Amino acid sequence: MPGSPQRLPSAPVSVSSIGNRSSVARYIVKRLLWTVVTLVVITAVAYFLFRVLPSGDPVRARAGKAPTQERLDAIRESLGLDNPWYQQLGDFLWNAAHFDFGRSYISGAELRPLMLDALGATAWLVVGAAIVWLGAAAVVGTISALRRGTLPDRVAMGGALVAISAPVYWLGLVALYLFAKDIGQFGIFPGAGAYQDATTVLDKAGAMILPWLVLAAAFSAVYARLLRSSLLETMQEDYIRTARAKGLTERRVIFRHATRSAVTPLVTALGVDVGLLIGGNAILTESVFNIPGLGRLSFDAIQRGDVATIQATVLFLAFFVCISSLIVDLLYALIDPRVKYE
Amino acid sequence: MTDSQDLTPAGGTTAGATRAGDGAAVPATDRPAADAPLLEVRDLSVGFRSEDGLVQAVGGISYTVERGKTLGIVGESGSGKSVSSMTLMGLTRTASATIKGQVLFEGRDLLTLSTEELRRIRGNEIAMIFQDPLSSLHPFYRIGDQIIEAVRAHNDVTKKQAKARAVEMLGLVGIPDPGRRVDAYPHEFSGGMRQRVMIAMALANDPKLLIADEPTTALDVTVQKQILELMDRLQRELGTAIVMITHDLGVVAETADDIAVMYAGRIVERAPVRELFSHPRHPYTWGLLRSIPRLDMPRDVELVPVDGRPPSLIGLGDDCSFRARCPYAAGCCRPGMPDLDPVVGAPEHALRCTMPAERRETIWNVLSEGGTPEQAAVAAGIPQTEEVA
Repeated sequence: MPGSPQRLPSAPVSVSSIGNRSSVARYIVKRLLWTVVTLVVITAVAYFLFRVLPSGDPVRARAGKAPTQERLDAIRESLGLDNPWYQQLGDFLWNAAHFDFGRSYISGAELRPLMLDALGATAWLVVGAAIVWLGAAAVVGTISALRRGTLPDRVAMGGALVAISAPVYWLGLVALYLFAKDIGQFGIFPGAGAYQDATTVLDKAGAMILPWLVLAAAFSAVYARLLRSSLLETMQEDYIRTARAKGLTERRVIFRHATRSAVTPLVTALGVDVGLLIGGNAILTESVFNIPGLGRLSFDAIQRGDVATIQATVLFLAFFVCISSLIVDLLYALIDPRVKYE
Repeated sequence: MTDSQDLTPAGGTTAGATRAGDGAAVPATDRPAADAPLLEVRDLSVGFRSEDGLVQAVGGISYTVERGKTLGIVGESGSGKSVSSMTLMGLTRTASATIKGQVLFEGRDLLTLSTEELRRIRGNEIAMIFQDPLSSLHPFYRIGDQIIEAVRAHNDVTKKQAKARAVEMLGLVGIPDPGRRVDAYPHEFSGGMRQRVMIAMALANDPKLLIADEPTTALDVTVQKQILELMDRLQRELGTAIVMITHDLGVVAETADDIAVMYAGRIVERAPVRELFSHPRHPYTWGLLRSIPRLDMPRDVELVPVDGRPPSLIGLGDDCSFRARCPYAAGCCRPGMPDLDPVVGAPEHALRCTMPAERRETIWNVLSEGGTPEQAAVAAGIPQTEEVA
């Protein structure tokens, strides 16, 4: 009889769908190898761009006023600029692989500690801001979706539009004018430059409050809108109807069944945004609040024609974008069991 | 009205959900549950406000489901069969919906229950399965966890006990190796197996009523048969009453005890299954029967689709809604919507059509011999004008 289990067509059986551990490991290794290739290509492109573009001779910039030819030659040799281009590029990559980014062409300072300090400041800024904007977006986006068309929804989405439209440098200055301890009308938070003076973790966090809020403002708005539309779409899914038909509470339907599906597009966006911001895209916020991060470092390097520093910051940016996209792809599998790694 | 907490995707605020005429006049909830039929739907109507006007999805339907029996509700898309069943479960409670009538489940009017009271009945005493088992299961959760969740929504048991129940149910619906498959994800099952999972989940709390909304439509024909046989077997073993919603008369022919044929939000014919297939009386039912192949008809008989399209549910007139598509309307139809009245001589057979009995017999005789609707109309002496054809 067809109802008996033995006669049934058996579906493909694989209980763990994320795949076994070794396939994930193989996937990560493969992606990391591709990351290396990407970084080499980007470094090479940056290298040629700055050699082709009229960016000034770093040797002359370094040598001071009216240098002798011998002095120029000596500096050229010490910077390795007398070598053929492929050797220069090769040396840079080889050293970078050992976490040695050389020295600044302008100040002669070793770049590694400089970069790491800047990275620390930027990471503080970006990670904190990301937490702020994710929290704000989760609350606002969820309420907006569940109360679609009501006053709270309209106010939130209107506010989101304002936040997206407000430029960071303007918002930053307004925030300082209103809330900075030194110049603010209501001096409650540490102002610009506070991060550089901060010594304890608590001081650093305090110094970051305004930068976090300013950087997170536009992102909160974007993510809230993203979550709202994603959640609205998910709530129409058949499995939401099933969850309701099972007799689950509406709270559980929303927070367990709908939200988990709705966050996928946010994860995608988060990977790209955090990668870019840590790599140096937080430059506006860093400038307004005088935070010595990677954005500031690269901006200063570009202004001075410091090709060595530019190269190192470009490498950092590319590295963080690659890594965060890898993390995003790994997160997909945690969220969605259908994702498989080949 | 307590359904204002209902968070719905369509509604946002649901404060406006209105259910006029609920309960105030009829103290039916006082009736002892034992005498009452399991489910009695009385004059249920469901309308939705839309930009184009009020969509009268269900226009006043009544039916009864006895314990352990199967009612087949048959109709084409948009006939209101799904909406009416979703309404039983409270799944259509939104700001834009107007729900009237009574849905008496063991004597309690479900339409007057609060959201929380209704939640306790959903998935517990009344369960539901749907057309597409893939999209109806959450893709991110193991099927075991989804069944466990259903069990624990209504029973104070540990995860372990609930999982044991899940494994038991999976075995009951014929999933091989249920102890292992309980940890698999929906995408790792075939379509038929997924529907078995849905059935296992629906029956996990031993509901008294199972609403099956096109449960086999998305499946291969051979798998359809297996699922129907499974439901039949489970009904015998567990004594669950079933409301089987389908557009396919073939699906309910073997499994249902009674059949209600719906058209444009109303029941147009209702009868025990044998009676309906041997003496169909409504022109729309004839149309449905002549549009599917039957073994008791000559092989060379051509299948005849029902001409025309179902009417818009916005601004339905007062006349019989099938009139525009009815090949036999000329010369016998009267204006106005006919009532759903018992047929003289067949009290279990109710019909919403005013055609004289002799003419009805003549027409069905021609149709059941394989005649076309035109031949039947001529035999019954119905004038064939261009407008009618």
